Amino acid sequence: MPGNNPAMLQNSDVFDCDAVIYDLEDAVSVTEKDAARTLVAQFLSAMKKQPPMEIVVRINGLDTEYWEKDLEAVVSDKIDSIMLPKAQVRYLKQLDEALSEIERKKGMKKHVAVLPIIELAASVMEIDDIVKAPRVNGVLLGAEDLSSDLEVARTKKGNEILYPRMKLAYACAAYKIDSIDTPFTDTNDNEGLADDCAFAANLGFTSKAAIHPNQVPVINSVFVPTAKNIEWALRVEEATRINAEKGLGVFSLDGKMVDKPVMERARKILVKARKYNLIQEDKQ
Amino acid sequence: MKNALNRYVPEGYVPFESASAYKNKERKLIAPKKTSEGYETLGSISDMFDRLQIKDGMTLSFHHHLRNGDFVLNMVCEEIKRRGLKNMKLAPSSVFPGNAILAELIENENVTKLYTDYVNGPVADAICAGKLKELCEMHTHGGRPMAIESGALHIDVAVLGVPAVDKKGNGSGFSGQSACGSLGYAVSDLTYADKVVFVTDNIVDRIDNPQLDGKYVDYVLKVPAIGDPSGIVSGTTKITKDPVGLKIARNAAQLLDEIGLIKDGMSMQTGAGGTSLAVAYYVRNRMLEKGVKGSFASGGITGYFTDMLEEGLLDELYDVQCFDLKAVQSIGRNAAHHAMSGSKYANPFDDNVVDKLDFVILGATEIDLDFNVNVTTDSHGKIMGGSGGHSDTAHGAKVTVITTNLVKSRMPIIKEHVTTVTTPGEDVDVLVTERGIAINPRRTDLLEKLRNSRLPICTIEELLETAYGITGRPEKPAVTDVPVGVVVYRDGTVIDTIYKTK
Repeated sequence: MPGNNPAMLQNSDVFDCDAVIYDLEDAVSVTEKDAARTLVAQFLSAMKKQPPMEIVVRINGLDTEYWEKDLEAVVSDKIDSIMLPKAQVRYLKQLDEALSEIERKKGMKKHVAVLPIIELAASVMEIDDIVKAPRVNGVLLGAEDLSSDLEVARTKKGNEILYPRMKLAYACAAYKIDSIDTPFTDTNDNEGLADDCAFAANLGFTSKAAIHPNQVPVINSVFVPTAKNIEWALRVEEATRINAEKGLGVFSLDGKMVDKPVMERARKILVKARKYNLIQEDKQ
Repeated sequence: MKNALNRYVPEGYVPFESASAYKNKERKLIAPKKTSEGYETLGSISDMFDRLQIKDGMTLSFHHHLRNGDFVLNMVCEEIKRRGLKNMKLAPSSVFPGNAILAELIENENVTKLYTDYVNGPVADAICAGKLKELCEMHTHGGRPMAIESGALHIDVAVLGVPAVDKKGNGSGFSGQSACGSLGYAVSDLTYADKVVFVTDNIVDRIDNPQLDGKYVDYVLKVPAIGDPSGIVSGTTKITKDPVGLKIARNAAQLLDEIGLIKDGMSMQTGAGGTSLAVAYYVRNRMLEKGVKGSFASGGITGYFTDMLEEGLLDELYDVQCFDLKAVQSIGRNAAHHAMSGSKYANPFDDNVVDKLDFVILGATEIDLDFNVNVTTDSHGKIMGGSGGHSDTAHGAKVTVITTNLVKSRMPIIKEHVTTVTTPGEDVDVLVTERGIAINPRRTDLLEKLRNSRLPICTIEELLETAYGITGRPEKPAVTDVPVGVVVYRDGTVIDTIYKTK
């Protein structure tokens, strides 16, 4: 959400997304930087109820004159993460120090996380270290700037970003943090968006960034477990419980062997399904 | 005097009791006008005033099918002004901003009484400023034909713009330079007015199956144009792209599915607004997914419904008014796209279509904790619309769903008490907003069906608190205690009073 648009901020908590990114960077022109910073800070401080999603603020890059003022204004117990554009290991270290200082100064209870954006070729080469950097609990791929850095055209098919996509998905999976796929920029092409989501999910991405709220339902439909998968996972869960009572760690369900990896896959599906309230439970 | 909703009712009017009170009353019908032996031709509007001896105090009626492009009401107003007539009573079925000249006539007391179903723009402003000498009576689309057929609204002369008139005096809206489709709201005026004049810009040899029967027509006047085509239909109506509106629409469609209304034989009505059309879009998708075929859609018809008809998703359309060009083209082409009268649409005493609706999707400018809905005035008490078919369809449909943003222009849409009651809460079942869905506690059947729903269901009181959390508590509108109009419920009783604004 552009940080300088009051109407958009007001409705930012209604779109059933896992996190909202309030942007102080590219969506805000240079002449609006101070207005956006003030508006986002005021909006967050006026927020009375705990919103149903995580709150992320994208600050300006550490190679600009704005980032310190951005942090000073927006870092509080109200936010969950700072999103760092054009992330590199050296910037992440610098950001960690700045955040620690602000948290100490403001007496905050919360330890603000960091979501780096991989949008430089140099960042791609540092991914293994970026995912290990302090405070990092997820990484976003920014393919528009990345393809510009590479001087290649962005395509809907996305062959030009296959390598960073795979590298990022593996690195995040290795450190059990969120891997967030690059936004799909054609807001009028929901079919293309669904295909792109499915491709990213198959590569191992856990989520995808939306550049318009209307993209959220399509993204959610791909990244949350399907009703069929949930039903299968529930059956595995039940069969596991029954067989465990008999002392069986491996058993057969529908003619297929269920062992530890299968049980683990079912467990992960159910964790996600319960998180998104997708399991029908009778309410009296 | 107060009515059953504790709203003030001015002297001389019957207070509203309940939405079903009409069931204890008998239908009252005056004799239809004597059919004419052919019609006479008029030379001009001025000639019409002379030949029909239109004079001070008479009641003239009009339909609003030419909408904001209408020239007919304006031409008559110009002549009233030119002749300096006084105390005229006008009964246009709706009034649009393009009818600004009427505001001038109200100010100068050429026109002192107005009967209409919907009004916005300068005329609404003039009424709210207290310039109309007598109370404005705001009917519903079903209540207006009921008032006309019962004699409660007596029309001296109906001046009806008709896009095509044949040599026998039959009229149709399907063709001509001013084609507007169905002329449903003109039918009662045609049948019961003392005298009927068709004003047209298109005389043809013959009209097959005309919606307006020439036997009731006394005079035909040909003019260069009865309307501006660009204002007659609003072009192509489109579903909203607003993400908040789309979320509301998605949830509304999901709710309709969960309560079992998306099924074979279903019947539906939605408005032509962007969010209502989005509900139609999501309902259509559900119908396709489930392989469901509906029986009919009704009301003001848009291209979305004609597409559904042509795709075979609906058996029939019952059209009182075409909302866009696609609908106008369809009504002349599709045998299953029927033009219907306002009485057939929604008159409580007729065998009407609204009573056969499974669900209707409606909007609201305000809704209160008793689920009463206001679509007549804004939150400052200023007239900006009217019931149209709102309270008719809300009563007829098995399930009435209101879709609206919880907060619009920094104002909460939910109030403790609405400024003006248009539709009683007893007929409103569900409120869908972007921050939650409230079910009228009277509808225990719906609450039971939605017991295990994952939709964000809460109470309307909770939604009000959420809205106040965003906007704070707004001040009450600054209106006086001087009545300027009455909201006439579909059975002829008064459901609320409209006051002069400060």
